[in-house]
Amino acid sequence: MLQKIYDWIDDRIDITPIWRDIADHEVPEHVNPAHHFSAFVYCFGGLTFFVVVIQILSGMFLTMYYVPDIENAWKSVYYLQTEVAHGQIVRGMHHWGASVVIVMLLLHTLRVFFQGAYKKPRELNWMVGVLIFFVMLGLGFTGYLLPWDNKAYFATQVGLEIAEQVPFIGQELKTLLAGDATIVGAQTLTRFFAIHVFFLPGALFALLAIHFILIRRQGISGPL
Amino acid sequence: MHKGKGMKFVGDSRISAERKPNIPKDYSEYPGRTEAFWPNFLLKEWLVGAVFLVGFLCLTLAHPSPLEGMADPTNASYIPLPDWYFLFLYELLKYEFASGDWTLMGILILPGLAFGALLLAPFLDNGPGRRPHQRPVAIGMMLLGLVAVIWLTYTSAAHVDWEGRAEANKPVPQAEVTIDESHPGFAAYENSCLACHGAELEGGAGPSLVGIELSAEEIATIAVDGIGTMPADQFQGTDEELEQLADFIITVNESAE
Repeated sequence: MLQKIYDWIDDRIDITPIWRDIADHEVPEHVNPAHHFSAFVYCFGGLTFFVVVIQILSGMFLTMYYVPDIENAWKSVYYLQTEVAHGQIVRGMHHWGASVVIVMLLLHTLRVFFQGAYKKPRELNWMVGVLIFFVMLGLGFTGYLLPWDNKAYFATQVGLEIAEQVPFIGQELKTLLAGDATIVGAQTLTRFFAIHVFFLPGALFALLAIHFILIRRQGISGPL
Repeated sequence: MHKGKGMKFVGDSRISAERKPNIPKDYSEYPGRTEAFWPNFLLKEWLVGAVFLVGFLCLTLAHPSPLEGMADPTNASYIPLPDWYFLFLYELLKYEFASGDWTLMGILILPGLAFGALLLAPFLDNGPGRRPHQRPVAIGMMLLGLVAVIWLTYTSAAHVDWEGRAEANKPVPQAEVTIDESHPGFAAYENSCLACHGAELEGGAGPSLVGIELSAEEIATIAVDGIGTMPADQFQGTDEELEQLADFIITVNESAE
């Protein structure tokens, strides 16, 4: 039955080559921890992606309760934390995932760096990877404000003061992020929410797609 | 893609009528023990992912995500602190060469150089050799940067009393409190405790007394002997009044549940 449905679809849109292309790429011996245990260092990139998936899923569930408004943001997080079934676990996964993803990203970067895997012809993919790192730090910075507790508020204020000191564009940069030249308030929260939930994830998905397509085209770097 | 004369299509579409067989590639011609990603290798990755997920969930369950009290922009005494992965930048700004007249150094030039070099690493380290000993400069710079970041993060974090901060910034329970002013213990509370612990036990100079898990005896002992920074002999009255005071505080706590 399933085979028939698959054949019916494949007959019309020829999907076999699409997924076989992903399924059929070879995994060389030197990256396979089953053959050489030290190859576990090649797991860091995949685990980073795994945590990103956790972040996306837990974040989607968090937005079901979160209200990006200075009156209710903190209350909605507190409610989620104390009243909603498993709310503490979902928020805990998002909170700890934000730290773990930075750790895994760092380990992955160090693996690529110390193996010199960014050398010709993989320069472009390294740069895309570093951009992913920056986007991830941006996600960490904007996400920190959203619970609207004291530590979030004052850390953001410091961050915005630093942005303000950038020469020439400092004032504009701060206004762009905070929504106002002096006030850190309702506008700031909605802007950070939009950046955290729409702008940066959009950039992240695009960069991840390029990162994976390049890996698929170039193959993984050979053994040292 | 197959091109040329004699191609057959499905209907008027661009889909080739010739089916590509759904058979995995043969890897016997590849060097070493190469295997297919699907399903052989993915199964192993699945196992690694499962072990990782169990560890991650243990972390989540053992340490609930922290939430401090609601943001209060008028709170002038709060010492701001960024998330741990920004601590090294935060600490950098405390150095003399990166603050005051030299702020630009700390916020733009040093991080810009470090992250710019990271972004352009393949072009700065463009020799053919991949092994670490063949590119001592790149490896040396990276190790230097790594040690600097770890050191800055460590110095920044070592000065912070994390548990004290978490304790002092705990969210105040939102429970509605009923204060029964006709309770025999209220007068004693008003005389001895209210100045520091607030009219609704919400705290002030002293901590909130709502949500405490202490027995009447323990409360009575603290009222007489003090605790932590609270001095002794705050309560001065008869033993009966002391008992009523403890009962009053417990009654309020019960009403808040």
